[in-house]
Amino acid sequence: MHRRQVPVIPGALRKQGTGRARVRVPPIMEKTNTNNDAGCAGDFDLWIEAGRGEKNYWADLWRYRELLLILAWRDVAVRYKQTVAGAGWALFQPFLSMLIMTFVFGRMAGLPSQGNTPYAIMVFAALLPWQFFSNALTGASQSLVGNANMISKVYFPRIIVPTASVAVSIVDFAFSFAILGGLMAWFQFMPTWRLLTLPFFVMLAVFAALGPGLLITALTVKYRDFRFIIPFIVQFGMYVSPVAYSTDVVREKIGETWFLVYSLNPMVGVIEGFRWAILGGEAKFLTAGGMLSLLVAAIFLVLGLSYFRKTERTFADII
Amino acid sequence: MEKRIAIRVEGLSKMYSLGEQSATGSGLRHVIEDKVRSIFRPGARPKADKPSSDFWAVRDVSFDIAQGDVVGIVGRNGAGKSTLLKLLSRITEPTRGRIGVKGRIASLLEVGTGFHPELTGRENVFLNGAILGMKRSEIRAKFDEIVEFAEISRFLDTPVKRYSSGMYVRLAFAVAAHLEPEILVVDEVLAVGDARFQAKCLGKMQDVSKRDGRTVLFVSHAMHSVRALCRTGILLNAGRLELMGPVADVIAAYSNQPVAAESGEIASNRSIGLSLKTVALHQDGDDGSLHVKAGFFLERTIPHAGLGIHIETLEGFELCDLRPETTGLDFGERRGELNIAFVLTGLSRRLGAGTYRLGLSFHETNWRRCLERTPVGEFVVPALDVYATGYPPKFEKDGALVLPVELLSPEQ
Repeated sequence: MHRRQVPVIPGALRKQGTGRARVRVPPIMEKTNTNNDAGCAGDFDLWIEAGRGEKNYWADLWRYRELLLILAWRDVAVRYKQTVAGAGWALFQPFLSMLIMTFVFGRMAGLPSQGNTPYAIMVFAALLPWQFFSNALTGASQSLVGNANMISKVYFPRIIVPTASVAVSIVDFAFSFAILGGLMAWFQFMPTWRLLTLPFFVMLAVFAALGPGLLITALTVKYRDFRFIIPFIVQFGMYVSPVAYSTDVVREKIGETWFLVYSLNPMVGVIEGFRWAILGGEAKFLTAGGMLSLLVAAIFLVLGLSYFRKTERTFADII
Repeated sequence: MEKRIAIRVEGLSKMYSLGEQSATGSGLRHVIEDKVRSIFRPGARPKADKPSSDFWAVRDVSFDIAQGDVVGIVGRNGAGKSTLLKLLSRITEPTRGRIGVKGRIASLLEVGTGFHPELTGRENVFLNGAILGMKRSEIRAKFDEIVEFAEISRFLDTPVKRYSSGMYVRLAFAVAAHLEPEILVVDEVLAVGDARFQAKCLGKMQDVSKRDGRTVLFVSHAMHSVRALCRTGILLNAGRLELMGPVADVIAAYSNQPVAAESGEIASNRSIGLSLKTVALHQDGDDGSLHVKAGFFLERTIPHAGLGIHIETLEGFELCDLRPETTGLDFGERRGELNIAFVLTGLSRRLGAGTYRLGLSFHETNWRRCLERTPVGEFVVPALDVYATGYPPKFEKDGALVLPVELLSPEQ
């Protein structure tokens, strides 16, 4: 009975003799091939072969959507375990940053706000996307190496891992949104209809973080050097992004031409968008600089996705 | 009745590049890689000049597996078993060839993948289930069954970092055992947990294939579980399929494989640069002393090297698995050649007369096994009239163990 299921293996039980010579092209057995043409080649649900991953990728991604949610949930659930303040940390950090920036840049340096918006609200409208961006980028870029064990033991579309860690940052982002509400009530600041467009800008922020996040996490699998680059980007990024000051100040100081160079930073466009939606009348959006910076974000996203897709099949081998 | 085919493997090969990656990357990837290299390691040679050493972990393997069959994959260290499983589980892509799969496939290369120590048992069941590819509704439906199987219901809401290792493993296996794929791929995960739980797991896996007609692929070094579980066997040797057939034939062929390979290396762990080069067995004495000399080579420093000794029957039933911390066969920090000689004395007073197989394993820091047990040869325990009855204990009549017996009553 067994005999029938077992294909005839040429030279079964022979000692492997020619083995050690480097075999570049292993001879594919003709017998099995003819066998299979005659029969049920189309009968299988799945063919695993080099480069075939592409075909099922997006379908698989959809099939594994629950894994994405559960990984994000895991990180959220674990994050504030054994802390006293718990999720309060998601509030303290942006709140304190806002206080310090308002004090240093608004009071001490005396920089102007945008129109007559309270400085604190202007700062916070930028801190929201910036904190999200820096958390998401940091999380995403360490996600693959942090989940190395899973990657070398189980199959799933790898892109789930960095995406889930971006999703975690969205949770923190939602928390700190409560602070914005508090600030608006405190300063009796009435938002306009533009606030309704905010989800669109949140998506922009997600993509702006996901692009470099994917790129760097894929690179980190092979070169751990990139681990050291992220804290650097995040720290300096805050100063070169218009977080603690308005873009108007930058324009005034360096002129329109240099402002375009400044706008190569993808977060410039996202932050301008946030301010436009939250602050109402005074803010500008879709300036040349803003467009350029969104273009850069888009380029990063395409770059990150394609590099990730290109290298992900080797992750398990080299991680 | 012709059985349907669940898995078809055609000309499957997997190559690993050892050391430097070869310059096959194209376009952007290549550019970035070279850039990074020159930034962080100035003066590094362009890597295209560097000859890469290719290593074929699996070479041109073809076979069919019928639906509902339970197949054991056996072979020595480095024979390509784990790589084959990784290919089947889609963790890594084949270099050449292809695998056709009919039905949902789930793999279990490790128990408790993704378990998070901070989360409770309950939370980890959902997490691990999702990682293994179960839907949330599916996990919820089987939740009670899983908890009952794991025998941890009291600790469901305790973080698993407070679990004993036994509880941890039981929970992890329970989740895995309740996967319901049409094809289940299992690596040597049964080598965990206590004996009773192992038996339970074996039973569960047998149920899975018998009752539900599911296909199971099972890799193990433990011949008795392969024999107990599998109908068909696949023997791999140096990445090639050497034999496929009834499990008894395959185990026999595996046992008869010569110890020394032509490469002058019996077994190796390439990732840490350890190889077993030579083994010599020599027997003397009336009571069966076995002298063993083993030559290892350590490319890199191993901070805490130790040798494990295994003895099993020819059927693959394990009699002992002595760890270095037990026997004191540890050698501290080592590098380069390491020649070990030891003697097992008076075997006839401990084992029934017959033929047994000796295996060696190598351990590193924290007694982690870095070379799985490698059979190195057979030895014969000579007959000795231990009980002075004129009937020396023999393996096939009296069993493997010789125990001291003292009659207390009735007096003679």
